[in-house]
Formats: sequence, structure tokens, C-alpha cells
Amino acid sequence: MSVRRVMGIETEFGVSVPGQPHVNAMMTSTAVVTAYDGVAVGDRGGVSRWDYQEEHPLRDARGFDMSRAEADPSQLTDEEFALANLILTNGARLYVDHAHPEYSSPEVTTPWDAVLWDRAGQQIMAAAARAATATGPFPIRLYKNNTDNKGASYGCHENYLMRRSTAFSDIVRDLTPFFVTRQVFTGAGRVGKGQEAREPGFQISQRADFFEVEVGLETTLKRPIINTRDEPHADPERYRRLHVIVGDANMSEFATWLKMGTTSLVLSMIEDAAIGQNLALHDPVREIHLVSHDPSLRHQVLLADGRRMTAVQVQRLYWEAARDYVDQRVDVAADTATTDILDAWHGVLDDLEADRSDLDDRLDWVAKMRLLEGYRSRDGLDWNDARLALVDLQYSDIDDARGLALRLEAAGRLRRLTSDEQVRRAMAFPPDDTRAYFRGECLRRYSEAVAAASWDSVIFDIPGHEALQRVPTLEPGRGTRSHVESILDAAPTAEDLLDLLRAQ
Amino acid sequence: MSTQDRGQPRRTDREADHDHDDQGIDEIAPTSSKDASELDADVDAILDEIDEVLEVNAEDFVKSFVQKGGQ
Repeated sequence: MSVRRVMGIETEFGVSVPGQPHVNAMMTSTAVVTAYDGVAVGDRGGVSRWDYQEEHPLRDARGFDMSRAEADPSQLTDEEFALANLILTNGARLYVDHAHPEYSSPEVTTPWDAVLWDRAGQQIMAAAARAATATGPFPIRLYKNNTDNKGASYGCHENYLMRRSTAFSDIVRDLTPFFVTRQVFTGAGRVGKGQEAREPGFQISQRADFFEVEVGLETTLKRPIINTRDEPHADPERYRRLHVIVGDANMSEFATWLKMGTTSLVLSMIEDAAIGQNLALHDPVREIHLVSHDPSLRHQVLLADGRRMTAVQVQRLYWEAARDYVDQRVDVAADTATTDILDAWHGVLDDLEADRSDLDDRLDWVAKMRLLEGYRSRDGLDWNDARLALVDLQYSDIDDARGLALRLEAAGRLRRLTSDEQVRRAMAFPPDDTRAYFRGECLRRYSEAVAAASWDSVIFDIPGHEALQRVPTLEPGRGTRSHVESILDAAPTAEDLLDLLRAQ
Repeated sequence: MSTQDRGQPRRTDREADHDHDDQGIDEIAPTSSKDASELDADVDAILDEIDEVLEVNAEDFVKSFVQKGGQ
């Protein structure tokens, strides 16, 4: 096994109108999402409404078995209008969740693809905010961060498809210590400690202080380190979708890549019972706060068995287990996606222990801390100074001109893993190797006939047919370019496509 | 699948070599040859750049950034 699996990233963006904290966030979020509908033309066109009916008339259907949806199209239209809920030709979902605009990436299979379609989403949001600002009554700014430092938090969730047969208790036992300690490279950095940032200072993670329990279903209060939401958007007998809410939103592409790759690899080890030791922590909730609050990285977590070690040392134990696992089980020469992650993970752990300032070109919290320390020493600022809070906030502004991380990146001070051309393409086109290909291509080719879509279906409204035609896509690994491109190419219209699928 | 063709993260280490013993790690570790004054000058240059784009009136700007909770 390897870092490869079906995965994706969903990001809620902070949204604000400068100087006007009382503007309704639902309204500004809706303005952003609907503005992209107008931006998306030509190659980027073909947005459509989301099918949020959670009906699955043929639950055990596989692949492209046809079924007829019972919905009245006018009902769908009404609901879509109210919720600003779009599906894009790249297979992603762009919508308003709570009071934030959210981008949910299409399903991908490698950490690097996760970075690419996440970056595409960031650019889509930036374009949407520009369009909403140009046509609306006030400027709208979007931030890829996780807190307003006044007690509110919003998430950047990772999703990983796992085997249903893996016991959830194994996931909790082996993943919790990993999540508590991975923030040493996934952290985005934050000025202030505590949910409302009342205590001055710098901490590693944006999100850590908002976690209050070890395991649970909630995502908006009493947030758990391991979230138990069980909504696979796929065959529930074969798959579980692990919904990870504990991570920070990263501006650094490298940090996103390492976060997705290391987590996917650890999940493979859990599925294959290859961790080989129990690293359970005595008090994970307390430790996730303490690790975040100590950028010197000297804090030692207490394990359930009485051992004490630093977060980096815990990560080293995971890394060693991963190295052994990959050496024993993977055809390494064939999978550089995995060896790249292993090598980068090791390099980061070494640098964290040797000279962590070397990591300011890869890790958000180190890059941000370097800026903050620079201001503190140049201008003699206290941690209470509003300019430091502004640097923290503006680091995550997704506008090219204003965003500090983006300025660092443009100056070559923060590593870039993708190219502008690759990102432009990923804004319009889906990944080749998951069902997102079928979804996105249906939108691109037959947008006028697509009534709605969701992760596990595309619904067509064909002239002359009274009922909507629903194509289930319950298997995330089907509907790929190699599976369906020839069928799509042979179908000039959606009706032709449905005829060909029916004949399969 | 075709993802390898689309490009990989910038490699600073060996390709496809699965020998993870310590001697290979030097190639990953960035050089730290810059001395302290060079580092200071570097940071100052960054701050000068950032000064130009930083929002005016930091206190009001930060105070008015109020979000509703999300997931």
C-alpha cells in the first residue's frame, strides 16, 4: 500500500467586508458563490446545481446502473437558488456552508493532486471574490484561515476513503497520537492563545485550541480530534469516508502535500495493522493544546504507558514504522508518490530538531513566525500589538496582491509545487482517475441537460422525458477517463450518453 | 495513473531510492550557511515588501474581522 487512495479537501473560507463587521456573512458568502456562476464561462463554464437530496433509491447499485429519480425539477431549482450550491466542471462543489463560502475539491488519488485541486479552489474563490466585489456594493475579502481570534472557528476538512472492514477503534487508537503531533508540520501558526486569543503569544496551530473531546460526531461545537461522521458517499458496506476536522487550512502547498501524504500513509498502516506499537496518549485533548502552544518544540507529551517524548519524537516513531512498512510492502520504484512523502517527512523532522528556521520556505507556521519575529525585533512590538494580529490574518488573504503567503511565494520564499498553468487547467477540468472525471465532464459537455449532481450521482433532465434520469456513481474509482472517455466522445448529446450507458 | 506525468513536488532528494538510512539525508537538509547578519538583512527586505501591502489601521481592521462559527 502507499499514499494513494481516494481523498479530497473541503475548505470554509473566512469572509469579510473591511471595516463593516455587521454585514450579513450569509449574504456575502452567497454573493461570492453566485458571482462565480457569472465568471465561469467557456472552458470554465457549465456550473449546475447540487443534488442534496440524500435519496438513494438503489442503494446497492454499482457503477452506471440507471434509475429514475422521483424529484420534481422545479423543487430542485427552488432549493438551489436559496442555498447557492454549485457543481463545477472540475468536479468540485462550490457553495455556502453555515456563514462561509466553501470549496470541496473533486476526489483525487494522490497527495500532489490534492494540492493541485485545492489550489484550483483557492484561485476559484479569489476570482469569485473579485467578481462579487466588482459588481456588488462593497469589497469582499476571503481568508484561508481557521479563526477570527474572537472565539469562532471554521474548518479545512480532509477526507480519506478507507476500507469499511477496518475497526473504528483501531483508527482512534493509532490515529489520535498522529493527529496531536502532526501539527509540527501542518500548523498554519496563530497569534494568541485560547479560543478567543486572550493570552498573548504565538502558537503553532490555528485550530488546536478549538478541540475539546477525543472522539465525537459534532463538528461545530465540542469539536472532537477524531470525527465519527459516517457518510461515505459510496457503498457503505465496502467503504468508510474518514472525515478529518482537526487540521489547519494551509497556504503552503508543501504543507498541504505533506499533511495529505503522511495521513494517507498512516491510514494504510492502520488498515494493514502495521503501526506495531501503541502510542496512545494519556490526555490527547490537553496535549493537542500544549503541543500547539510550544513553538520551541520542547514540550514532552505523556503517553498512556508513562513514556514522555516530544511531538517530533512521536512523529519519528510513525515515520520509522512507515519506512519499514513501505520497504516491506511497496514496489517502491513504481511509486515515487510514496517515497517522495517519506523523504520529505524525514527531512522536515530532521530540520525541526536541527534548525527549524530552515523550514520557513515549507511550513506555514515557521514562515509566519519568521515574519512576526521580524516585526517584533525591528519595531519593538509586543505580542499584543494589533499589527502582529494583522500579519497573522493577512498571511491567509487569498488575493495575490494582498496575501502575505502569496507574496512570499511569488518572491520565491515559500515553495510552490504546482505551476500557474496546471492550476488554470485544474480550475476547469476534473482529475482523470476518479468518478470526478465523469461528473466534471458531464457538466462540461452537457451542462444544459444536467439538472443536478452530487458526489454519488449525476441527474439529467432530458427533453421529452417526464422524469429526471439519475446516474448513480457510487464507486469512487469508476467513471474515470479510462472508463468513460470513449463513451462520452461517442455521445454528442446527454440523451445519447444515457442510451449508451443503458446499453452497457 | 497519469498523475506522475503532471509533475511532482520539487525534489531535493533522491529519486525512487528506497534506502532510507541516514547518509542520504544530507541531501534533503537545506543549507544553513547564511550567517546571522545575512539573515537579518533578508528579513528586513521581506518586511519592507510587506509594509507596502499591509492593511492600514491594523487595530480597526483586525477588530472588524468577525466570523460566524463554521464546522
